[in-house]
Amino acid sequence: LGAQGWGGSARPQGLTGEGDRTTIGEEQIQNPYTELLVLRGHQDIVRFLVQIDEYRFASAGDDGIIFLWNAQTGEKLFELHGHTHKITAVTTFPSPNACEDEKHLILTASADRTVIVWDCNSGRQIQKVTSFHSTVKCLTVLQRLDVWLSGGSDLCVWNRKLDLLCKTSHLTEAGVSALVELPKTCIAAAVGKELIIFRLIASTSELESWGVIEVKRLVDHQDNILSLINVNDLTFVTGSHVGELIVWDALDWTKQASECGFWDSSLHTDLQQEIKLTQNQKEISIQCLASDEECVFVAVGKGIYVYNLQMKRVIACQRTAHDSSVLHIAKLPNRQLLSCSEDGSLRIWELREKQQLSADPVPTGFFNMWGFGRANKQANQTAKKTQESMTLYSLELIGDLIGHSSAVQMFLFFGELGLVTCSADHLIILWKDGERESQLRSLTLFQKLEQNGDLQLRF
Amino acid sequence: MISAPDVVAFTKEEELEEEAYDEPPLPEEYSVPLYPFATYGANPWSKLSGSKFPRDFILISEFSEQVGPQPLLTIPDDAKVFGTFDLNYFSLRIMSVDYQASFVGHPPGCAYPKLNFVEDSKVVLGDSKEGAFAYVHHLTLYDLEARGFVRPFCMAYISTDEHKIMQQFQELSAEFSKASECLKTGNRKAFANELEKKLKDLDYTRTVLHNETEIQKKANDKGYYTTQAIEKANELASVEKLIIEHQDLLKQIRSYPYRKLKDSDFHPYEPECAPDQANASFDLDSTTSHHDEPGEMHLYERLPPYTPKLIKAKSAKCFDKKLKTLEELCDIYFFTQTLDQLNQIERTFRGDVCYLLTNQINRALLKQQTIVNFLFEDVSVLDEKPAEKHPAGCQGCPQDTLNTKSLEEFPIPKVLISLGSYKSSVESVPIKMDPEMEDPQELKVSDPPAEDHQENLEYLDADIKGSISSGESIEVLGTEKSASVLTKSESQASLPISSSPHMVRNKAVSGRTISEDSIEVLSTCPSESLIPEDFKASYPSAINEETYADEEEGGIHFSPSLTPDNIEEREGRSEQEHLLQVDSACCIGKESPSFLEPLPDLGRKHCDDDGVVSIPPQPYRQADQGLHVNFSDYLSHDGVPGGLLSYEPDPHYLLNSRDVSKISLDECSDSTSYMSSAASTCSDRTPPPAHPISHFSERHKKKAGQNALRFIRQYPFAHPAIYSLLSGRTLVVLGEDEAIVKKLVTALSIFVPNCSAYTKPVKHWVTSPLHIMDFQKWKLIGLQRVGSPAGASMLHSLTRYSRYVSILDADSKTLRCPLYKGTLVPRLADHRTQIKRGSTYYMQVQSALTQLCSKAFLYAFCHHLHLPINEAEAEESIASRRMNFLKLQLGLANEDIKIVQYLAELLKLQYLQEPGRGATPQLRFDYVPSFLYKI
Repeated sequence: LGAQGWGGSARPQGLTGEGDRTTIGEEQIQNPYTELLVLRGHQDIVRFLVQIDEYRFASAGDDGIIFLWNAQTGEKLFELHGHTHKITAVTTFPSPNACEDEKHLILTASADRTVIVWDCNSGRQIQKVTSFHSTVKCLTVLQRLDVWLSGGSDLCVWNRKLDLLCKTSHLTEAGVSALVELPKTCIAAAVGKELIIFRLIASTSELESWGVIEVKRLVDHQDNILSLINVNDLTFVTGSHVGELIVWDALDWTKQASECGFWDSSLHTDLQQEIKLTQNQKEISIQCLASDEECVFVAVGKGIYVYNLQMKRVIACQRTAHDSSVLHIAKLPNRQLLSCSEDGSLRIWELREKQQLSADPVPTGFFNMWGFGRANKQANQTAKKTQESMTLYSLELIGDLIGHSSAVQMFLFFGELGLVTCSADHLIILWKDGERESQLRSLTLFQKLEQNGDLQLRF
Repeated sequence: MISAPDVVAFTKEEELEEEAYDEPPLPEEYSVPLYPFATYGANPWSKLSGSKFPRDFILISEFSEQVGPQPLLTIPDDAKVFGTFDLNYFSLRIMSVDYQASFVGHPPGCAYPKLNFVEDSKVVLGDSKEGAFAYVHHLTLYDLEARGFVRPFCMAYISTDEHKIMQQFQELSAEFSKASECLKTGNRKAFANELEKKLKDLDYTRTVLHNETEIQKKANDKGYYTTQAIEKANELASVEKLIIEHQDLLKQIRSYPYRKLKDSDFHPYEPECAPDQANASFDLDSTTSHHDEPGEMHLYERLPPYTPKLIKAKSAKCFDKKLKTLEELCDIYFFTQTLDQLNQIERTFRGDVCYLLTNQINRALLKQQTIVNFLFEDVSVLDEKPAEKHPAGCQGCPQDTLNTKSLEEFPIPKVLISLGSYKSSVESVPIKMDPEMEDPQELKVSDPPAEDHQENLEYLDADIKGSISSGESIEVLGTEKSASVLTKSESQASLPISSSPHMVRNKAVSGRTISEDSIEVLSTCPSESLIPEDFKASYPSAINEETYADEEEGGIHFSPSLTPDNIEEREGRSEQEHLLQVDSACCIGKESPSFLEPLPDLGRKHCDDDGVVSIPPQPYRQADQGLHVNFSDYLSHDGVPGGLLSYEPDPHYLLNSRDVSKISLDECSDSTSYMSSAASTCSDRTPPPAHPISHFSERHKKKAGQNALRFIRQYPFAHPAIYSLLSGRTLVVLGEDEAIVKKLVTALSIFVPNCSAYTKPVKHWVTSPLHIMDFQKWKLIGLQRVGSPAGASMLHSLTRYSRYVSILDADSKTLRCPLYKGTLVPRLADHRTQIKRGSTYYMQVQSALTQLCSKAFLYAFCHHLHLPINEAEAEESIASRRMNFLKLQLGLANEDIKIVQYLAELLKLQYLQEPGRGATPQLRFDYVPSFLYKI
């Protein structure tokens, strides 16, 4: 009783309780993005966006080309050719000490079983690693050690000079799908259903060799782990294909809390779940995770859920935040949440608190639909019997960006500069604050006038 | 469009295709009686004054050495155009005012015939009998077979409106000069070809003769030459001579462009529409790419293989030959280019002078608004001059010139000639036609020897009356020369007209004397002031550096204004000369000795900056030149004063004394107008940059205007639709019928601001689903509605992107777009407007839009509206200042603000756009709700 999967319940209260608008009209007062710039260049799906510095970003996708762009002007800076197959992972490789004159490097892994290091300032390929036995699916940089890891069918550790420091034995055919750095030089790697903790033995001298040893295998997930993120130094979170969310202790790798999804064996006999069986599994798979200090934002199927780490429960949700699967979410500093989806739109949400005196208590730690539907008045009314007063949250849609004609794969928030989205329609769109752009143009206009001496009267 | 369009539209000659907007006709009793001469045209401006042709046309005539003046062709080439107008008679008239001679022959000190690179002359004449007034542009083409190698032609712009001719003189002159330059370039090419062929013939002949002589020599062992052998030897010698002569001619014709290039004002003709002419007879790329060498040189190189012929020593009688036609005289490519140019001229100057002038004002004003023009103006019309793109820092003379120029383009009526006297003289004087007057040599007159200018002046004064009393057979008027080149003269330009005429005269005369000018212009512009230094500076240098070149321009070319007493002597003399020339032309190598005599070097220019004569005065003539004795007598008697007089710059002076006002002048050669309007011609001659924006032809404008009128009358929701366009929201016109959709798109296109100078964001017809980039690129789209599943995806994309677009459904007559409550658009598109004609409405819209542009300009370029006045100022206070400005200063209400803001944004983008890079078109939009409008 009470535990519900991500997929949402068939209960009428729950559905109507979703209440907050999941569509927004044409009037979007809070949406600042009133100017867009379409960046063309890619010839296939664009899947990755990586921020290089405060004004540059790289994009990569299935065409194997990496583009470097200026996020302010939309100018194409470089077109990096080197991979022959689609790109599978991209990451920046920051210099160990920032004060040095920075060499902006990015690492790209491709299905052609190579990893290339590029210099973003010159647009040139610095080095190429071709000694992989399988496609590298993820790349992580451990900045403290100044090494980077590549995850494929095995896990390799490389230094800046691209020397292979050490590697694990062959893990699985499927390979490492996600990597995250844990304290005490540990690494969590998602390999299929398993989460493997490795410890990296770093050498301090040239002579000693590096080593990587498997410390623990966590087999709590029922299905493939799709997402893996660090919340803080003490916690990391994993999400699986069947909607299990597990919060782990980063130090002793124990399960702190878990929200099991729909496929929880205990609920297997439930009638409703029988019905759900026929539904697309995608509806409950955890596609993406994002977090801030307090909450984990979980993209489950079409919905977005906000899981509070402290309260260990979902505090707000939008079950159908999008018309199709959510592919990426990110938390912005200003309590806003962005999500992009296969439906081709990007939506801007705001997590709002409301002091509700007559709110019902939510069973802790469970995805009780009562907890989900809080924002709706109807739901509130049905839930009136509870007396406990508590803070309620809701995810309000404050704007949506429609521009792509196909799935929005990823986005990148550039702060003042705006927002970049990339999509399966081969395009990248730069969304900007029209007001700010107009101001900037006025500023440059008068600068140019001054330069030209046109400010003086001439007649 | 800046000006009052309501009136102007009536004055533009419209083609008849304009469909009147159907409105129930007024009952008879309420209708205003039509203008009594309505048959001539519905407007009171139509010309009725007994003219025999309904509209202006261009006539090309030739003074044929065989049959005299004859019309060759008219533009437009349609008998309807000139109606019952007597072209033959008029050809005779226009050819008879010619003009400076082109001298070909053996100049002094030179053994070979020299080609004369004659400048064109430009005259204006009127004929009240025919009700015709004409700008006549004389030119000569080279023809190896012609007398003196030259064939005189003229192109005339004939109009019923003398004001038009006079006021548009500068423009006509510039345009016709282009056409003439084109024709002459082609002619030089053809002439060079002809010469080369002739040389090959001669070469071949020489070889043949040489062989024959050799054979004879061998056969002859008697030790003496037979008469036959001597004859052959003579023949050979004459052929050798001919070869040398022809080679020399060829060299001359080829060197022409080089020489001309030394003139700052010479702009070799460059075809303007190169891409279209890719298959033309020569490679244009090579012409245009090597600017160091004159492009013309290439033209001479590609010759078809030619088989030489044997040339008979004695050529056929002149009158037996068939003269080459104009087409044969000119390279075919250039010939068609010329015709195109003339057609262009005809189109440009079509319509009432009021319209032309308004257009010119409009253009002059637009030139000053370089920043906002691109928004709504058809940029191609503006003929953007590179000169305008001066870096702002450069405050030098180009800028000044520009300003002066634009000022001058305001059509302050410059022509102050008293029409009455002008006409009467035309009527009273019978036309005297004397073909001999055409004799090139005869008209060649030299400057008086250097004398004290003052003295000269007095001498002239004395002579004025004589010249006036002489019966003018032809009235020729020049126009003023604008002083635009003479930057220093600006102060003089502002001199009141009442300033002492004598003083001005004085100046003019001194200017005149030092100039090698051959132009007699009845200068009616009070601003005329010729400062020698300036004059010198702006005057094209001599074509030729050799001395003989002086004759080409140096002489004063005076009008053949004959006093009764000197007609006879003149005729007699010219008769002689004529004969001689015929001889010389046909039978080269058998010249009469007189032609070997050097001509007096009369035309020496006295053109030192300070007026000091640089070349010692030459004797008028050598004693042995009997031929010219009378001539120069005659000259000193009449010609010089006439010439000088015509420089009279003070119209008041002219008008005050009635007889003086009759002064006529014949000459107005290229050199003057070059000099006088160098600034304008320079820029006019540079081909306008190719603008990708489709030219909005007059017809298109009219069509668009008509459709727009219909649209605003038919659709009650025209205002929000137009608001969408003006505020940069893409409007999609959706419909099944392509014609209807396209019509609507055309109608609405006049409201679409251009995003940059190079793109017109209108797409008339699209059949595929729209994409986000389409809205970035196009602001007005005609979209096909399809019933099939394909149509569903199209509609889906429309609903998906509905926030970026307004949708006008042409089938169900609905409009989905944001609300509009402003006041600008109702003024722009009033469905109760009384305007009935498309072109009028178009102009009204343009005018309103121009006003709007200026608001946008103010908004965009007001510093403190966008930047803080002091450091501490908050963004909010700037924003409120901005709003206040828009609302109070610019008087904008509600959504109108968005229009101006959008236009200002476009202005900023355009201004900031770096020239090399194409504009990156941003798509700007608002999150505002849309409403559905229905009829």
